[in-house]
Amino acid sequence: MYLYTYDGTFEGLLTVVFEAYERKAWPVSIARAYLVQPDMFGESITVVTDDQKASRVWSGLQKKLSVEAQQALYYAFLWEQKGYEMLVFDYIKLVFDSPVSIEGNYAAPCVLQLQQVHKQVHREKHRMEAFVRFQKTSDGLYFATIAPDFNVLPIVINHFEKRYADQRWVIYDLHRKYGAYYDLASTLLIDLEETGSKALQAVLLGNVLDEEEDKYKQLWQVYFDHVNIPERKNPKLHQRHMPKRYWKYLSEKQPKIDLKSERLM
Amino acid sequence: MDSRISDKLKILADAAKYDVSCSSSGGKRKNDNKGLGNSEGMGICHSYTEDGRCVSLLKILLTNYCIYDCAYCVTRKSNDVQRAAFTVQEVVDLTINFYRRNYIEGLFLSSGIFKNADYTMERLVRIAKKLRQEQKFNGYIHLKTIPGASEELIKEAGLYADRLSVNIELPSEQSLKQLAPEKNYTEILLPMDNIKQQLVQAKEESKLFKSAPVFAPAGQSTQLIVGASAENDHQILQLSSGLYKDYNLKRVYYSGYVPISSDSRLPIITGPPIIRENRIYQADWLMRFYGFSASEIVDEKQPNLDLEIDPKLAWALRNRYMFPVEINTADYELILRVPGIGVKSAKKIVSARRFAQLSFEHLRQMGVVLKRAKYFITCQAKSLHRHDFDSQVIRRKILFGDGAVRSSLLTQQLDLFRQVG
Ligand code: SF4
Repeated sequence: MYLYTYDGTFEGLLTVVFEAYERKAWPVSIARAYLVQPDMFGESITVVTDDQKASRVWSGLQKKLSVEAQQALYYAFLWEQKGYEMLVFDYIKLVFDSPVSIEGNYAAPCVLQLQQVHKQVHREKHRMEAFVRFQKTSDGLYFATIAPDFNVLPIVINHFEKRYADQRWVIYDLHRKYGAYYDLASTLLIDLEETGSKALQAVLLGNVLDEEEDKYKQLWQVYFDHVNIPERKNPKLHQRHMPKRYWKYLSEKQPKIDLKSERLM
Repeated sequence: MDSRISDKLKILADAAKYDVSCSSSGGKRKNDNKGLGNSEGMGICHSYTEDGRCVSLLKILLTNYCIYDCAYCVTRKSNDVQRAAFTVQEVVDLTINFYRRNYIEGLFLSSGIFKNADYTMERLVRIAKKLRQEQKFNGYIHLKTIPGASEELIKEAGLYADRLSVNIELPSEQSLKQLAPEKNYTEILLPMDNIKQQLVQAKEESKLFKSAPVFAPAGQSTQLIVGASAENDHQILQLSSGLYKDYNLKRVYYSGYVPISSDSRLPIITGPPIIRENRIYQADWLMRFYGFSASEIVDEKQPNLDLEIDPKLAWALRNRYMFPVEINTADYELILRVPGIGVKSAKKIVSARRFAQLSFEHLRQMGVVLKRAKYFITCQAKSLHRHDFDSQVIRRKILFGDGAVRSSLLTQQLDLFRQVG
């Protein structure tokens, strides 16, 4: 009975794998250091993240796994649901212990689960790419907030970099309290509370939007209302595609912007 | 704010929405000029209408003034509706500003015929050109060609658009004559053939020269209206099968006729034929992805699709001699023909069975839905039911057995509207 703790990074988790093999001491649980209760049974091992050990494990995996399966492993890490570290561990162990490729062996529980998790995280990634709505600020920055079910921000950055290469943008994860900021050259991970960036905080409070922002938000609402064909109404299908918990992101699902107050401006 | 734009948008989005295609996939335009947008790969649905359709593109008419009088169309000359027209710049601004906010994948632009075909087509092309050249826009552009537009303009359109479409409108020439007297098949098929030639030529050239100009990289599509005229499903599927073959179409879209018009040339119906439209889409899928030919799905004796069950199940019930299929040994193509097993499941099965003899439990864990499939398969020679049922019994069990009806009908509808290109 070995309980491993690590720092919550992907490299840390790969280091755990390295240590477990080194000691032939297989974990029954792996958890972030601060989440572990002291009175759990078994021997606890605290792993210090070591980039070299981590990259040895990773290159070992690269030799035996397709790019897709490597991606699935990383996605399982971003999944962050109960037992995700053990899932990653069990899968890696099966890869190393098996003389032949295990990909596609859905009769093995961890292979099947990893595949399902891959799909779930991928779906959430895809939803974020679809449902992010930027608002333009007065200094030309495009700002969006998200609160995804899984930690998908790191894997949506590439998509938005390619798409919005000529505009500065920020996507901020309200749950996990960090964001990605693209400055026309590269993308940095930012932490609003730590950096205390006044400009970005002001955006979060919503006072500094571009003067045309409301106009386009309203035009989008108008468009959304008018592409609908009332004779074909199908609310179940609508919600199946666009579950209610995502509506908070969507300008078209926000209260209608009032034309009259608009005209006063 | 400018409420005029808002009013135009209301009118011109309303008028464009009956063209059901909203696909934005198949684009190959990469953002390698540090411009705006990228349309490689699969398109994205950024929203869904309350009727559950994907909203991927800003789909509008440039104008709803029209010199023609097609009975099935809200924009027809004789219809008493408000008319409006965007300027070229207005469409460009809307597209760019919607795109920058991640509302859309791009623009789907169509138009009523204002003055004449070329006059209208020239403006559509100008908008696309402006987006590409002045705005460095790499998002998706779908242009509808205006019937009667010149070959040169269509050729130019293909340089800027990702997809071109020419709507065939109705499933037979006779109906077209009745309902759209100014149109005829020759005039529709000619540009379709033109576009096909251009597509082939561009492909050849790109093999020879890297820098050869691209031409509508997402290909061409068409649309026809179902239920506004008397054709049966057999005629419709024969037509689309021919269009896929002869004109290399990427998609044929079917639009269930929405009774918008009180024109006396049209049938009186209370609502759009949504279930029939669904079934036709399913049949179209069977032709494109499942290796079925049109005549396997419907024929002269049974010219219409069964509205109660999907066409694959209907086919399997008519061809019981081909079943049961043994999951562990049957060819992929045959597994694909099992009701309830889709492309993904079939691939998973073929992959997993290399490692182990599969049981029903394995299938369940892999997410294969057995509700329909179980009557048509065996796993290691075992069957999930003890008796051999006849087709009528299976049909009844699938339709009414343990509450299966509603949920399975719903999933079928969902599958249909999933966006593919
Ligand atoms: S030409 Fe097009 S827009 Fe004009 S009435 Fe016919 S279908 Fe409608």
